[in-house]
Parts: sequence; C-alpha cells; structure tokens
Amino acid sequence: MKVTFPHMGHMWICLQAMLEYLGVEVVVPPPSSKRTLSLGSKHSPEFACMPLKLNLGNFMEAAERGADTIVMAGGCGPCRFGYYAQVEHEILKDLGYNYHLVVMEPPEKHIGELLAKIRYITGKSSWLEVIRGIRFGYRKALAVDELERLAMVRRPREIKMGSTDGALQQALAEVVRATDFRELEKASAGGIEIMREVRTEERPVLRVALVGEIYTLLEPFANQDIERRLGSMGIEVDRSIYLSEWVNDHLFMGFIRGLRSSKEYCRSASPYLNHFVGGHGQETVGSAVFYARSGYNGIIQLLPFTCMPEIVAQSILPGVSNDLDIPIMTLIVDEQSGEAGMTTRLEAFNDLLYRKSSAKEVLA
Amino acid sequence: MTIKIGIPRALLFYQYFPMWKTFFEKLGLQVVVSGHTTKGILEKGARLCVDEACLPVKVAFGHVAELKEADSIFLPRLVSVSPGEYICPKFLGFPDMVKQCAQDLPPLIMTNFNQYRREGDLYAAFSETGRVLGSNPAKVYFAYREALRAHKRHTSLLQRGYMPEDAVKLAGEPPEKGSLEQEDVRSRPVVAVIGHPYNIYDGFISMNLIKRLEKAGFRVVTQDHLSEETLRHHAGRLPKKLFWTLGRNMTGGALHYLSDPGIKGLVHVASFACGPDSMTGELIERFVRRMGGKPFLNLTLDEHTGEAGVVTRLEAFTDMINLRLASGS
Ligand code: SF4
Ligand code: SF4
Repeated sequence: MKVTFPHMGHMWICLQAMLEYLGVEVVVPPPSSKRTLSLGSKHSPEFACMPLKLNLGNFMEAAERGADTIVMAGGCGPCRFGYYAQVEHEILKDLGYNYHLVVMEPPEKHIGELLAKIRYITGKSSWLEVIRGIRFGYRKALAVDELERLAMVRRPREIKMGSTDGALQQALAEVVRATDFRELEKASAGGIEIMREVRTEERPVLRVALVGEIYTLLEPFANQDIERRLGSMGIEVDRSIYLSEWVNDHLFMGFIRGLRSSKEYCRSASPYLNHFVGGHGQETVGSAVFYARSGYNGIIQLLPFTCMPEIVAQSILPGVSNDLDIPIMTLIVDEQSGEAGMTTRLEAFNDLLYRKSSAKEVLA
Repeated sequence: MTIKIGIPRALLFYQYFPMWKTFFEKLGLQVVVSGHTTKGILEKGARLCVDEACLPVKVAFGHVAELKEADSIFLPRLVSVSPGEYICPKFLGFPDMVKQCAQDLPPLIMTNFNQYRREGDLYAAFSETGRVLGSNPAKVYFAYREALRAHKRHTSLLQRGYMPEDAVKLAGEPPEKGSLEQEDVRSRPVVAVIGHPYNIYDGFISMNLIKRLEKAGFRVVTQDHLSEETLRHHAGRLPKKLFWTLGRNMTGGALHYLSDPGIKGLVHVASFACGPDSMTGELIERFVRRMGGKPFLNLTLDEHTGEAGVVTRLEAFTDMINLRLASGS
C-alpha cells in the first residue's frame, strides 16, 4: 500500500509525518503546478471549484509515482467539499486508475466506521501509537504555522530582498526532516532561530489580512503566491485560517481541544450574517469584522470561481467595509487567472491603502 | 385594512407556495406574488446582487424588488427541508444577501426553516413566523395544519403529473377534480426534464423548455412527478448519500428515468457556475454514458445564453428521438 493525499499548502508536511510515524509508505504528490491544474481541469466538471481540479491533478501525478491509496477529508455539506472524494473517485475510475479511496469524515452511522478506516491505513499500529502519530503530525502543523507567521512579519521589513523566503525554506526543511518528537522540538527551535537571523529594519508597514476560502488561502499555487507578493510590496500579512486549525477540525474531527476556534469569528459575523452558510463563509465575514476592529489597513477576500459560501460572504462584505471604514477587495481565482491581472490589482489596492493611511496621518 | 405579505415567484416557490399561501391566508393576511419572470426582473435583480451569483439568485433578487408595495416580504431562510440534508449554501445566506444589497424594501420575515434534525421541526418555523406577525398561537397552529394539508395536496397533484403552476391553480378545487389531461397527451412519447424547479418551471430562465417540448409533440415529466420513495431508492445507488435535497431529487429522478424504457430522452438543465449542479450533473452524465442508449441533452443556462443556440440543440435532440421512434427502437 502506497498512500497519497491532495496538496493544500504545507499540509503534506503534517500528513507525511503522521503516516510515516506509523510506518505507512507515503507518496507525496509533486507540488501543484500548471501541469497539475491542466491535468485536473481536463477531466473535471467545468464548474467544479478549483480545489477539486487540483486534487484530481495531484492524484494523477501521484499515481505516476506509484501511489495506490488516497486518504482525504470529507464532510456532510452543505458545501461541495463533502462530495469531492466521491466525484474524484468516479472520475479516476472512468479514467482507468485503480485507486483505493479512504475518506476521513464524520461517520454516517457509527464511530466504528471511522475507526475501521484508520485501522485500514495504519495496519498493525496500536491505538496508542495511532494517537501519538496524530499528535506528531499535529505538532508539525503547529511548527509550520509558527514559521509562516514569522515569515509574514519579516518579509516587509527584510533588508535583502528574498532573504526571508530563503530562510523559510531552510527552516521548513529542518521541520520536515525530524522523525520523532525530540528531533521535532529541536528542529522547531532551530527553524525559529533561522527566521530570527533574517536581517530586518524598522519601517512603517501597512497591514493587510487575507480572509476567504481555506484552500485558496493556504495553497500558494492557487493564490499565485499572494503572501509573498504582498510581503515584497512592504505589507505585513495575516491570514484568517492556519493549517493546524483546519487539520484539527477536518482530519482529526476536533480531536485536539482548546484551539482558537472559528466560533469566535462566527460571533463577530453578527449582525451581517447570522447563520452558517457552509465552507468558511460566515468565518470570512466574521474575520473581516475582527481585522477591521484590530486596526488593519485593508482586507483581501480570496475565493475560487463558483465558490458558493464565499459568494454569499462577498455579497455581504461591502456592508462591513462601509460600516467599519476599511477597504475590502475580492480576488477570484480560476484556471484562467493571469499573473499580470493579479499584480495590477494588488498594486492598485496597495496605492489605495497607502493614500488612505497617509491621509489619516495628516489629519491626526 | 388587511396586511399584505409578498412572496417572490422564485426559488422554492414551485414546491411550497400553496403551503405558505394557505398559512398566511388562514391567519387573515393577504398574499401577493410577484409576476412571471421577465427580462426586466432579471435586469433589476442582476443590478442588485454580485456578478458571481447564479442566474436563479439574480432572478430571485429581481422578484423581491417587485414586492415593494407589500407590507412585508416572506423571505425565509431555507436551511433544510429534509433531515440530514441542505439545499444550497446560497439558500442559507439569501435573506442576508438581500438585506445587505437591496435598500428600501418593506420589512423582511426571515424565519429559519430548518428540518435538518427532525421532519417535525417545521412547526417550529411556522410558529416563529406566526409570532413575528403577532398572531395568536392557537390560530397559528390551526393555520399550520391547514398549510400542511395544502402542501400534501400540492405534492400529490405533482405526483399525478401536473406541473407546479397548474397544481397551484387547482389548489382550491375539490380533491376529485383534476384528473390529468386528455387522452392524446397521455399517448405521446415521454421525455424527462431534470433540473432545479426554479430553473425548469420558470419559462424565462428555461426559455420555455417544457412548452417547447410539448409543442414538439412530447409529454414531459420531471423529477417532481416521482414519489419520495422512488427518488430515494434511485439516489441510493450513489457512492455516498447526497446532502443537497434538490440535487438528490434530480439525481434520483435521472437514474429512475434512465432505467425506464418508456422514457425516450433526458434533458438536464443546470445553472451556469452552480455548485451542486457541477457535482450532480457530473454524476448524472457519467451514469448516462455508462448505462448507454438514451438521447441526452445538457443545457447550462445563464443570462448570456442565446435562445437561438438552445432552440437548435433542442431540435437536434427531438429529431434524434423521432428518428429512433420511427426506426422502432
Ligand atoms: S468552500 Fe468553495 S471552494 Fe471549497 S468546496 Fe466549497 S464551494 Fe468549493
Ligand atoms: S443550487 Fe445552484 S442554482 Fe441553486 S442557488 Fe445554489 S448555486 Fe444557485
């Protein structure tokens, strides 16, 4: 059995760690690329959202490397994600791929269903080991999040262009290499040290928050590397969702308690959107309110073309923008989005924020 | 003066209008409905909502804007109409979208209709609606019972082969009335149309698809003419339970009609960029291919779809069926 899974930013680090810790043979698909997208789009429904197309491409590319089993998350609606795995599997079947599919999702009838699936993947490991494996993967997710956060703060202040990204790659590689808890602890500390060594200077920076659909937020290929682009324009970025939060909610079914939970965001969404709408639609509205109140200069909403929960959020964000006096821009990505278009829009947004913040300073 | 409640002729109107209307009328209110969809209604709706919304949502915005004269507009949040299922994320957010995007509207009645946990939670939704209107609880309960009865009758009329708007017209008639049309219609070749009710029954959105097929000499059936058991039974063939009620009905209906030799062809109507359709449409098409045989037409509609193109494709589809009928297969 060779297990693969779809990409979503750095999620592979966490999943690979968890599975290999349990002695499962893993095939990490090649990073999502133009080829992945064109393979996936060719065989997906035209109006499927982009994550589905990229997932499919990942599986096709992983098969080239010998993968025969897919592990992925599922769900029970109302958003499409809950039916991704099944549709992808039907497509793969018709294309002649012989994949075994294991979907981690809230069981329809009995918790036993989920346990049996974990058993199937992890083979003879004891439950205690399985729990340790999950913890190990989760620790890696936390380490990755920490490094990404540091990068977002340092990028706009770096003295030498590109030094933050070099350091980030180096630090992540340390985390990837760790094979047990002890090594991981050292690797995280070492990684943080590497990030601290990036030379920066104090300068006034604008702060922008990225909110929206989780996959587009976490996958640099899908968002055309927006964090790096903003960083190099001298903007400090934060993002409404981090890997560890998603992994805990969707893969571990909330197994790890006491995290910053999306409930907080949902409360801030009132009175604009008083009900969940699937995906992270309500969180998008709530986090926009949260960032506006925390003094951010601007907000960018990211979503894939046809994403339903985010279209609801998009309709509601202008109200937030007006009431709380904060510029909000919506960026929709699909397989046709060009780089040039993205650059122009980010530059225009940057100018707008810059003018707005200097106007404020003059008044103050 | 009686209070006027506005109900947009959009979204789940085609399934639930008799139920809603009965409820409000039994509370002594007057119900007003927006007219049939026109280009003007669509344009008004499209101006009010974001570009990315699907055609039926834009049309629904237009219908809401038609109801400015009403004293309030009934715009329930339709979370779930069947246990364990939803409709679409956009239905969950529709009332909030309207509230944010459309100004100068009469007050909106935005009660949650949520039967995700239990079928019986429908009463809670009506009793909340009654409370918002300030009606007496006993009267509300009575109105709710009458509303349920009206809904049952509506569904049974649909299952006897009526189209929703004809069933609405018959709603007041005694039960024995309304035996289906004349003999000649019964003996026509049958074509199945599968799609969201607000697409296939809205003559403007569907470009009169059903009427055109009837004119071309066919009898038309849809997923709504099938019983709940039949729909569930066939949807049960999917790899996983579908959690969208409309999508589940459509897929179950398509699978049923595909395996029924009396059905000569199948039309699937999807909204451009519709989330659920992108998934269920894909499954339906794969089944059509695997099960082979029947003429199949997939129409994807939005405000830019040209009528001429649809007409040509429809003709090619009906020609194909007629050819097969002539050759006796
Ligand atoms: S949240 Fe959006 S992108 Fe993600 S599955 Fe749902 S519709 Fe697709
Ligand atoms: S089901 Fe499709 S057509 Fe209906 S509201 Fe949702 S996205 Fe639009």
